[in-house]
Amino acid sequence: MDQTFHVTSNPHVRAKDDTQRIMLYVIISLLPATGFGIFNFGVKALLLIVITIATCVCSEYIYEKLLHKKSTIGDLSAVVTGLLLALNLPSSFPWWMAVLGGVFAIVVVKMLFGGLGQNFMNPALGARCFLMISFTGAMTNFSEYPGYADVFSGATPLATLKAGGSVDSMRMLLGTIPGTIGETSVIALLIGAIFLILMGVIDLTIPGTYILTFAVFTLLFGGHGFDTGFLTAELCGGGLMLGAFFMATDYVTSPITPMGKVLFGICLGTLTGIFRFFGASAEGVSYAIIFSNLLVPLIERVTIPRAFGIKKERGAKTDGK
Amino acid sequence: MGVKTFKGGVHPYDGKELSKSKPVRELLPKGNLVYPLSQHIGAPATPVVQVGDTVLRGQKIAEASGFVSSPIYSSVSGIVRAIEPRRVAVGDMVNSIVIESDGNFLETGFTEHEDIDALSNEEIIGLIRDAGVVGMGGAGFPTHVKLSPKDPDSIEYIIANCAECEPYLTSDYRRMIEEPEKLVEGMRIVLKLFPKAQGVFGIEDNKPDCIKKLSELVKDERRMSVQPLMTKYPQGGERQLIHAVTGRDINSKMLPADAGCIVDNVETLVAIYNGVRFGKPLMNRIFTVTGDAVADPRNFSICIGTDFSELLEAADGLHTEAKKMIAGGPMMGFALFDLHIPTTKTTSALLCLSEDEASKYETTACINCGRCVEACPEQLVPSRLADYAEHKQFDLFEKWYGLECVECGSCSFGCPARRHLAQSIKSAKKLVLASKRKK
Repeated sequence: MDQTFHVTSNPHVRAKDDTQRIMLYVIISLLPATGFGIFNFGVKALLLIVITIATCVCSEYIYEKLLHKKSTIGDLSAVVTGLLLALNLPSSFPWWMAVLGGVFAIVVVKMLFGGLGQNFMNPALGARCFLMISFTGAMTNFSEYPGYADVFSGATPLATLKAGGSVDSMRMLLGTIPGTIGETSVIALLIGAIFLILMGVIDLTIPGTYILTFAVFTLLFGGHGFDTGFLTAELCGGGLMLGAFFMATDYVTSPITPMGKVLFGICLGTLTGIFRFFGASAEGVSYAIIFSNLLVPLIERVTIPRAFGIKKERGAKTDGK
Repeated sequence: MGVKTFKGGVHPYDGKELSKSKPVRELLPKGNLVYPLSQHIGAPATPVVQVGDTVLRGQKIAEASGFVSSPIYSSVSGIVRAIEPRRVAVGDMVNSIVIESDGNFLETGFTEHEDIDALSNEEIIGLIRDAGVVGMGGAGFPTHVKLSPKDPDSIEYIIANCAECEPYLTSDYRRMIEEPEKLVEGMRIVLKLFPKAQGVFGIEDNKPDCIKKLSELVKDERRMSVQPLMTKYPQGGERQLIHAVTGRDINSKMLPADAGCIVDNVETLVAIYNGVRFGKPLMNRIFTVTGDAVADPRNFSICIGTDFSELLEAADGLHTEAKKMIAGGPMMGFALFDLHIPTTKTTSALLCLSEDEASKYETTACINCGRCVEACPEQLVPSRLADYAEHKQFDLFEKWYGLECVECGSCSFGCPARRHLAQSIKSAKKLVLASKRKK
């Protein structure tokens, strides 16, 4: 027996899930919301989704080709970015602007900082904010809504609420309302979220603390007191569910420490509340998330978990809370 | 009694079905036997035989060279052929005694002690020391040292580590099924040393037959009980086991005795019993030859010192090409580059795998998913520690509690980017500890 064998450090076995499979789970989890978006807004939505995904994947491929780097499009993270970006756009959005957004997400926000794992901001949301600032009109044009346009006259439920109007919570749950392609149906989003939780891709820490903090903030500062109707509308409206379950939980741009995740969720809830109730716009989720993304290194620094069996030192600062 | 456990951990494929139903078969060695002088933590033993000497089975061939050290006994009768450096499972060259067996297995006489209660505690600890008993789960810490804490009255728990959480290994399982009485008797001896202690057998609940058997055996024992544990790796890690059984936590700077605990592995307790009751030194142990590449996975009772290649032969060799040979389990075992390696007091298995998952996958970028954090039984942040280790930022490595790592490998196991987290952290830990010793 003079053959030689592989020699490596332990452990010698590995779990099945790899990055590609995790990204695939995320894509699958977004399918209910995507499907509903296409049903709600028509073929134009589908077209926009295809365009942003293609743009994101191509940008990553070309960027790596030009820089003679190994292609990483196989990890599917560019597909996730493209899909999330599309779900954050109104269906009437011009295709060339969407292409611009896709290139910005991948090249500027992700690749220039070193690619997957190195970006400090969620690429899809970074691009959304870039488009929001550059093309405010097109980004907030929700008039192209096939059904029930008379009821809402093109305004999203949150905008209606902000203007003092009232909304139908049931329809907000179902999602038959104007908005961006993927954000409207709370039910479709929750189905996807439950799938992600069951597959062990995300846990409830970030979305839970985010939504809870925002709910408390709404009751305290929303200006409607303890009005459950208003609270439900605020929770279901805008990009809160999409943001909380699918974008705030982005691994790369959220804290890795357990206490950090809680702190991150609290930041998100508070900022969303401030932006929605005290800002000019009725929306606030995407700005809250990218702003909190920037706080992640600071949050991690103050939430280093104490190792097993290490007692709290006398007089030491309480960490995290 | 509920099932207890710890926080973190992973669930690797356990592979125990390959060998768990195979009764232990005694295997007599054919070739030369090799006895490394360092089979334990502490000072290497000093040879007391010379090349050309004739030895009997059970004869001392090397003696302990200090308090934290352990003697070594020949497991065969024969002639000492060499005292020279030989390669051992961890890859090092270690000075070893080589004995050619005469095939007769002639034993020296052993002193039996029928009435153990008549022995004093000092006598018992002396017998355990003289029998060369060390922790047989893998660490190899001399057992008589472990049983001599500063304050014996502070010991409240003697925990028998019957978790066997490493996938594929079935040696402890077979011992519990076939000879649970010896295990209980070993526990009885240790309990005699610690009058205030309770004996607890911690068994993972994937071995319900062992839980049943031992529960039956100790049902009338006032000072012994069985604690079922959740099946999760690394449930048999010392700190994790202590936490599960007692709720007490220890860190890297503490000994189990600081939490009032002493933990001994199944084989170790049996060796204690054999050493004290029959005066028999540690010469044999149960060994599992298993893995998907092995033709006939089996459990053997082996003479310590037998060559790994003989054991594989006894299991009918390989039925398919093996890419990886491991001494021990897949999570914490050592990869071997050839099989001419002696078994020692601490080697419990040879695992032959047709696929090497550790090198099969390419490492990709860390996506910060936090699976390593969830998996870490020490509640560390392995991805950060590995970054600090790779960038030689040892101050940050220590600040994030890198020295608390128990090297269980759970982080690397679960990493979707296939990073070699445990490897980086282990290396940095060694460097940091070495620089501390220098100071």
